[in-house]
Amino acid sequence: MTTLPNPYLPEIATVVETFPETPSIKTFRVVLNNPERMKAFSFKPGQVGQLSVFGVGEATFVINSPPTRMDYLQFTVMMAGEVTSKLHSLNVGDQVGVRAPLGNWFPYDTLKGKSVVFVGGGIGMAPLRTLLLYMLDNRKDYKDITLLYGARSPDDMAFKYDLPDWTTRKDMSTTLTIDREAPGWEHKVGLIPNVLLEMNPSPKNTVAITCGPPIMIKFTLQALQKLGFGDDQIITTLEKRMKCGVGICGRCNIGTKYVCMDGPVFTYAELKQLPNEL
Amino acid sequence: MAAKYLASEKLPAWLAELAASRVVLVPVKERDAVVFRPYSEGVKPVLDRQANVPPKASIFPASESLMSFKYIKNPEDLGQVAVEVHETVDAPPTVVFGGRPCDVRGFNIFDRVYDCPKVQDPYYKARRENTLFVTLACEDAENACFCHWVGSSPSDPVGSDVLLTPIQGGYLVEDVSKRGKALLSSKLLADGSKRSTEAKAVHKAALESLGEVWNPEKAPAKLLEKFDDMGFWEDVSAKCVSCGACTYLCPTCYCFNVTDERSGMKGERIRTWDNCMSYLFTLEASGHNPRPTKAHRLKNRVGHKFSYYPDIHEGIFACCGCGRCIKLCPVSVDIREIVRLAVERPTAKPEKS
Ligand SMILES: Cc1cc2nc3c(=O)[nH]c(=O)nc-3n(C[C@H](O)[C@H](O)[C@H](O)COP(=O)(O)OP(=O)(O)OC[C@H]3O[C@@H](n4cnc5c(N)ncnc54)[C@H](O)[C@@H]3O)c2cc1C
Ligand code: SF4
Ligand code: SF4
Ligand code: FES
Repeated sequence: MTTLPNPYLPEIATVVETFPETPSIKTFRVVLNNPERMKAFSFKPGQVGQLSVFGVGEATFVINSPPTRMDYLQFTVMMAGEVTSKLHSLNVGDQVGVRAPLGNWFPYDTLKGKSVVFVGGGIGMAPLRTLLLYMLDNRKDYKDITLLYGARSPDDMAFKYDLPDWTTRKDMSTTLTIDREAPGWEHKVGLIPNVLLEMNPSPKNTVAITCGPPIMIKFTLQALQKLGFGDDQIITTLEKRMKCGVGICGRCNIGTKYVCMDGPVFTYAELKQLPNEL
Repeated sequence: MAAKYLASEKLPAWLAELAASRVVLVPVKERDAVVFRPYSEGVKPVLDRQANVPPKASIFPASESLMSFKYIKNPEDLGQVAVEVHETVDAPPTVVFGGRPCDVRGFNIFDRVYDCPKVQDPYYKARRENTLFVTLACEDAENACFCHWVGSSPSDPVGSDVLLTPIQGGYLVEDVSKRGKALLSSKLLADGSKRSTEAKAVHKAALESLGEVWNPEKAPAKLLEKFDDMGFWEDVSAKCVSCGACTYLCPTCYCFNVTDERSGMKGERIRTWDNCMSYLFTLEASGHNPRPTKAHRLKNRVGHKFSYYPDIHEGIFACCGCGRCIKLCPVSVDIREIVRLAVERPTAKPEKS
């Protein structure tokens, strides 16, 4: 007899809020329909969920609200294909399926007492947002918090509603950048890895956490190494095409590791151990 | 183990008896292929050759519903639509009759993934619990068989409930599991205790017919060593046409896809076999594909079976040596040759990427 619950069966949830972030990115806040399950729901920063639109399919998104704010679960979705397009057309009150939490998480415990440098590019800011908010909600546990967030243009920047707080609060330091000059833009202009080098953060007792498009990650890793960050002082999250999310369907492996179970969060030291198949 | 004897002419009666209360899948000829189909009176099982298609679908159907869903409009407010989801586990009591040891052993490789402490697949598990295997030991190796390379043999009882061995006039029938013992209570079975030596001789001859053993114990490390040697992978995959037949016909390939089908207000979430030889398998939404060429994909297929899986699962290879991927590949890609070459050919220095 089955002893564990059915890992494929989603919980039904209601969309309670939706708003556009950029022309191609939209955010959804959902609440599980079963109030007890919602109350008991727990996850760790960095974990993901499979969102389903019944009749269209499922896709993977990071839960980008922090576990310290459990009024809803927030997912931010960039339009990429079938499921994401359908998600973009949903309205408040619509029903979706949620399978969460899945995967591993940022090592928020071992980061205690350390400084953290966040480097986010585009939609890659989503997983970082969870951990950043979590850390701000437990501010005394961590030392300096630095954020470098970049997007192609001001219009492509998600989480704009967070920016006034992040750029003005005294207990973190925020740098925003865009690729090319734009009218009215008062922050940096330049590619993320270059701006990072300029910022010149100290690697001492510090961990850098980066997420973004593959090309940005590649050059950000090089910049971090130049700045003296060791392989185990760099953390990133991987994207692979996923289906089951529970290590069975065989889709997301890199050698012996399954991104859905062993990831999506990896240190650079761990990545180096993996076969070269990113 | 109790040894019983089944005379050949009593086989249809035994099958009928087994089929009275369950689905009995037997290998039968369908056009030019031998496939597993439900037994009914008059069906003639093909027992003198390995089926082209293994009985994988008995536990892991090529396509199955994971759940059904229904949208329900609120009659008071038509803008409000609720959704209901129902689990659909379908697991009729089944006997797989006449599979070969390799076919049946394949499920032991599934078990470690589909039913492990971390996660259990309820659909797989329900069918596994409701299915018995009456396996037929092989008399003679076929040209692509290599079960003896991967720790098995033509009379391997692992994973079976009952083992049949062809002997003069019929079969020696031995129980392997407790559930198998229950099947031996049939009055159609005679005492076979005096015929064990005959069966042992058949087992021995079959093993000898396989020829020399090649031990793949170095394969896991060597395949990893060759990971960046793309010249090697391009050589061994040059012929491959990415048809995926090798995965669909493999008793140990277990990857799947999940898709929704909707018609009107209801629909189903369906799981179907999928395969890592396909370009789309790993294509990401960004357009990036970590396995862009057939060489990358064949590397994953062979690597998974002979390196990654054994690394995670106590050295057990995710291949039972049935040889189907060799026999039925349209261009004769030979996994034995690839694994051997990976071990024996020196590794080229990886090019700088
Ligand atoms: C751990 C993890 C976390 C993630 N977090 C987020 C997040 O927070 N926010 C976010 O926006 N995204 C996130 N993603 C990415 C997201 O999962 C994908 O964008 C999403 O799955 C796309 O789903 P889809 O159904 O819309 O696309 P699909 O319709 O499946 O299409 C995806 C792509 O596959 C290709 N494709 C599919 N079928 C075919 C075909 N038949 N022929 C040719 N090409 C085809 C196309 O290139 C297409 O663009 C995450 C992914 C992972 C793995
Ligand atoms: S059966 Fe042969 S040709 Fe087809 S994908 Fe497999 S190796 Fe390639
Ligand atoms: S890899 Fe080939 S030989 Fe091995 S189990 Fe699969 S089909 Fe049989
Ligand atoms: S998504 Fe199925 S194994 Fe990782």
